[in-house]
Amino acid sequence: MTQAVRVDTVRIDTTEVATAAPAPATIPAAPAAKPAAQPSVFSHAVYVIGENPVTGLAFALFLLIVVCAVFGPLVAPYDPLASNTDAAYQAPTLAHWFGTDQLGRDIMSRVIVATRLDLAIAVFSVALVFLLGGVSGVMAGFYGGWTDRIVGRLADTIMAFPLFVLAMGIVAALGNTVTNIVIATAIINFPLYARVARAEANVRRDAGFVQAARLTGNGEMRIVLTQILPNVMPIMVVQMSLTMGYAILNAAGLSFIGLGVRPPTAEWGIMVAEGAADMVSGKWWIAFFPGAALMVAVFCFNLLGDGLRDIVDPQRRT
Amino acid sequence: MLKQIAKRLSTVIPSLIGVIIVTFLLTRVLPGDTAAYFAGPAASAQAIEEVRKQLGLDKSMPEQFVRYVTDLAHGDFGKSLTTGQSVTADIATRLPASAELTLVGLIVAMLIAVPLGILAAVKQGSWIDHACRVIATAGVSLPVFFTGLLLAYVFYYQLGWAAEPLGRLSFLYSPPPTYMGFYLIDSLIARDFEVFSAAVAQLVLPVATLAIFSLAPIARMTRASMLSVLASDFVRTARAGGLPSRTVIITYAFRNAMLPVVTTLGMVFSFLLGANVLVEKVFAWPGIGSYAVEALITSDFAPVQGFVLTMAVLYVLLNLAIDLLYGIIDPRMRVEG
Repeated sequence: MTQAVRVDTVRIDTTEVATAAPAPATIPAAPAAKPAAQPSVFSHAVYVIGENPVTGLAFALFLLIVVCAVFGPLVAPYDPLASNTDAAYQAPTLAHWFGTDQLGRDIMSRVIVATRLDLAIAVFSVALVFLLGGVSGVMAGFYGGWTDRIVGRLADTIMAFPLFVLAMGIVAALGNTVTNIVIATAIINFPLYARVARAEANVRRDAGFVQAARLTGNGEMRIVLTQILPNVMPIMVVQMSLTMGYAILNAAGLSFIGLGVRPPTAEWGIMVAEGAADMVSGKWWIAFFPGAALMVAVFCFNLLGDGLRDIVDPQRRT
Repeated sequence: MLKQIAKRLSTVIPSLIGVIIVTFLLTRVLPGDTAAYFAGPAASAQAIEEVRKQLGLDKSMPEQFVRYVTDLAHGDFGKSLTTGQSVTADIATRLPASAELTLVGLIVAMLIAVPLGILAAVKQGSWIDHACRVIATAGVSLPVFFTGLLLAYVFYYQLGWAAEPLGRLSFLYSPPPTYMGFYLIDSLIARDFEVFSAAVAQLVLPVATLAIFSLAPIARMTRASMLSVLASDFVRTARAGGLPSRTVIITYAFRNAMLPVVTTLGMVFSFLLGANVLVEKVFAWPGIGSYAVEALITSDFAPVQGFVLTMAVLYVLLNLAIDLLYGIIDPRMRVEG
């Protein structure tokens, strides 16, 4: 199975070279440039999901989360912000499955609607760090020298902080907004992405297909874009799904201590914070359901990340 | 060995410089006018100007940096707007509470996770192995503030086994005389066993929360490195030589397997120091984490900055300690450096 994935990437590279410049006939045609390589990745994915039903479950959960995020306000039975003091502090009933909070707001609706915000924070921060970390890591690995030293030093400096603490400091300094939570989460994940991208780019900087591209007259920048990046991409995508869960946890943690999202906005972390005091006096449902939603989402992304890694990079399977 | 320590110390310096530069930059990107901010909301234009001079904000960036570093060297982290006291003093009185919580949490996590990981590796494929895997995956998915609340609900509200999750000591007791600031140790020194058990009662839930959180990476790493060591040639030789499996596992395999585990401790500490902030907030623990959270809410920046700096310096020093520990466990490191 490893073979199939490898072969597939090689095939892409050679076609890229061919389109970049008329390739000399001496470039060995990739022996595996046969159409069988494409479906085998798919069948491998089916195999991995079939092999590990947990990954299938995680995928189903993921679909549920996406539906909540996209259609949240339509699916939610009540208005997430409408307070109704007559119905405050109700334990879960048939009318309010998750109960109501201190202002009588329906917790289930709030949990569903919050999905979009929580997911958006995580997706944007991961996308941002994917760009920043990916590009600088690839540059560092490909060019080496000063670029490598600067990126390495930057990553080391970030790693010298306990990451959540650094995120707190960044949000405090930049200002208490959701955008800054996204930025802070991206910054603390930077070293991870930069290092992975650097390592992946570094082993390929003098690979045969890169030399072939150089020989056919491609500029360095073009080589990075057409040869290195497509090869680094699969690992980086796995990295993204592995850090999604952590990004959600981090953002929820920040809003739990009162950073970023402000009440009355529905967001899982802040909802847990709002119910924290009532938890100890026995009104467990206010904090429980948003906390459980958070837990399920993170669990789902961690499992998906593991599953995706098994598909893309079977050797790192633990 | 001394040379080795000196060499390791020299690697700490660039990290410290990096940390100081970052915290300096964080103070300078404060939105709005820093001087107006520090002067308080009711300050006149003249007062703001005075504060600006006093803080040295009218100088150039490099000059400001020099001043900042000089202040730090004198242990001056600025003044808290809310408590009105110097941040250094505030942090110094609150640090032992955080340190006690974090260290006890880590020790408990190690005591559970290391044997669990070893058992999972020795009995690979058994129920204990599966349990280990479930714990490892669940542990990293749990939001630490949520675990803390759940534990408080179940063990304090429902079962009534645990003490009220409010602070380091029930209001019925007065804190022991301060030697180290750790209530557990101070109360033992004072031979006040009643206070000792009261302090333990308050510690149980927050420590359990932190331990559950940090169990996962330690158990996972122990299992993985134990597995690879158990598959190595010298273990096979020891087994073939007829050594009892207890000797093989504990004397031969364990010490070698601990090396990668010690390395992951650095990462565990990074998570632990962050999780500490959330746990302190949940359990109203009077440590530096909750101090920083209070300051954050009132937009009091000096304490936050002092907190970030303190945590970063602690973390750098912890990593240094881990490096040195590595040298003690693995004699090869001492020779090769």
